[in-house]
Amino acid sequence: MTVSRPWQLTMRVLAIAWLLALLLVPVALIFYRTFEPGIGAVWDSITTPAAISAFWLTIEVSAIAVVVNTVLGVVMALALARGRWRGKWLMDTVIDLPFAISPVVVGLSLILVYGTTGWFGRDLADAGIQVIFSTPGIVLATVFVTLPFVVREVTPVLREVGDDQEQAAATLGASGWQTFWRITLPSIRWGIAYGVVLTTARAIGEFGAVSVVSGKVSGETETLTLLVEKRFANFDLAGAYAASALLAAIALLTLLVMTTFNRRREEA
Amino acid sequence: MSVIALPRRRPAVRSGALALGISTLWLSVIVLLPLAAVVVRSLDGGVGDFWDAVSSRQAVAALRFTILVSLATAAINAVTGTLLAWVLVRDRFPGKKVVNALIDLPFALPTIVAGLTLLALYGPNSPLGIDVAFTQFAVLLALLFVTQPFVVRSVQPVLIEVDREMEEAAISLGASNRTVFLRIILPNLLPAILSGAGLAFARAVGEFGSIVLISGNVPFDTQVSSVYIFKLIESDAPIGAAAVSVVLLLVSVIVLALIRLLGRWGARHDR
Repeated sequence: MTVSRPWQLTMRVLAIAWLLALLLVPVALIFYRTFEPGIGAVWDSITTPAAISAFWLTIEVSAIAVVVNTVLGVVMALALARGRWRGKWLMDTVIDLPFAISPVVVGLSLILVYGTTGWFGRDLADAGIQVIFSTPGIVLATVFVTLPFVVREVTPVLREVGDDQEQAAATLGASGWQTFWRITLPSIRWGIAYGVVLTTARAIGEFGAVSVVSGKVSGETETLTLLVEKRFANFDLAGAYAASALLAAIALLTLLVMTTFNRRREEA
Repeated sequence: MSVIALPRRRPAVRSGALALGISTLWLSVIVLLPLAAVVVRSLDGGVGDFWDAVSSRQAVAALRFTILVSLATAAINAVTGTLLAWVLVRDRFPGKKVVNALIDLPFALPTIVAGLTLLALYGPNSPLGIDVAFTQFAVLLALLFVTQPFVVRSVQPVLIEVDREMEEAAISLGASNRTVFLRIILPNLLPAILSGAGLAFARAVGEFGSIVLISGNVPFDTQVSSVYIFKLIESDAPIGAAAVSVVLLLVSVIVLALIRLLGRWGARHDR
């Protein structure tokens, strides 16, 4: 079907106008508003002790979530793609749940298990471990919401490459580990890389679940996204914009890496 | 044959069982245990309290608005997403690669930043003079922003694969563009459009970060269920919050199941 020239142009203009109005102009405006007061003010605003601490907490939590979800994501992908057992659909559904559940509900669920009145609340308090309103709670929330990304990227790749090479390696006497390191891992590396980028972006940007369990103590349990909200609530608009611009810059970088990886993945 | 098959199967099965065991344990601890806590503890105060919490006027109003605005989001996405996918697949223009990359921006951008961003352009200090902050329309706008990639990314690959010969055959038999689109292209895309819209709906129902700043959280007006749950947690009513969460969870699970069925239908359509 060949669309007539006027129709083609109309659709092109409509599509781009929609993206401009909904995405690009707002994001561009944030950068403009951020740098309106001058680059010195922005620098001061993202190097306050609270901002620096929020930045490092965000990095720390994201790093843990990425490592844990990558390792276990590959394990789950192997179970889904290579295992022969009943009830796979159930595991498939459970893995998708974090995508469909409200982040606020995720935060609440952690409070109901690990909070002071939670299932394990008293035992944890007796052991002197604080999960909710502390870093472990933020980590658990972030791990929950980012759980599906690596599995969802790696499973189809594993199915695609099949297990012929793995079986050949096994017949030739390779151990399970050798087969994994030399055959399986190299063939899924771009899938893993893409999943890691998605996990990182979501972990850095997570707000709802973290907001419920963090307690928002400045300098201790405040992540970058929480800092944005607090500054906005305290009428520090310039500060909120500066922290947002930092997060948006990280997002744009993520997008760049995603595009590059996607190309590599398709070539592979 | 069986002599060779036996030894080479063994390692695969053993590592498979290990992977299955670890996966089950991990999912149980991280996902199922907390969700079970929400369901079980929503009944801590008995069935009466549960019912009171989910049938309170504010809870019902919030849920009603959440479902309606999410349906609107899904419907608008179905149209704009298909349009964007069409332009990205069938059109050629300079800068198309950049546009294609930018589609994923909402997935990469933190939701709280998305909300602040929309507030800057369409809020009280709007340089365009458009101020929709704290209205139901603002909630719709935020949801459209964060769900924008779903339909595009689900339709795009299908549109690339659509059999152009079918279209050419129809045209050579005298069918108009309209007929070709409605009778050949659209039926091929429909499963993808619906599953993308379903994902957008599921995401919209639970969305929190992008809405919290721009909605103003006005009860009976712009308050969505996730924000209502958040308020309940903050006012130290976790059991009531759990009850409302169960309803929201139920909606998510149903939508997820429908998308799964749709996927199967789409796969059959392919054959």
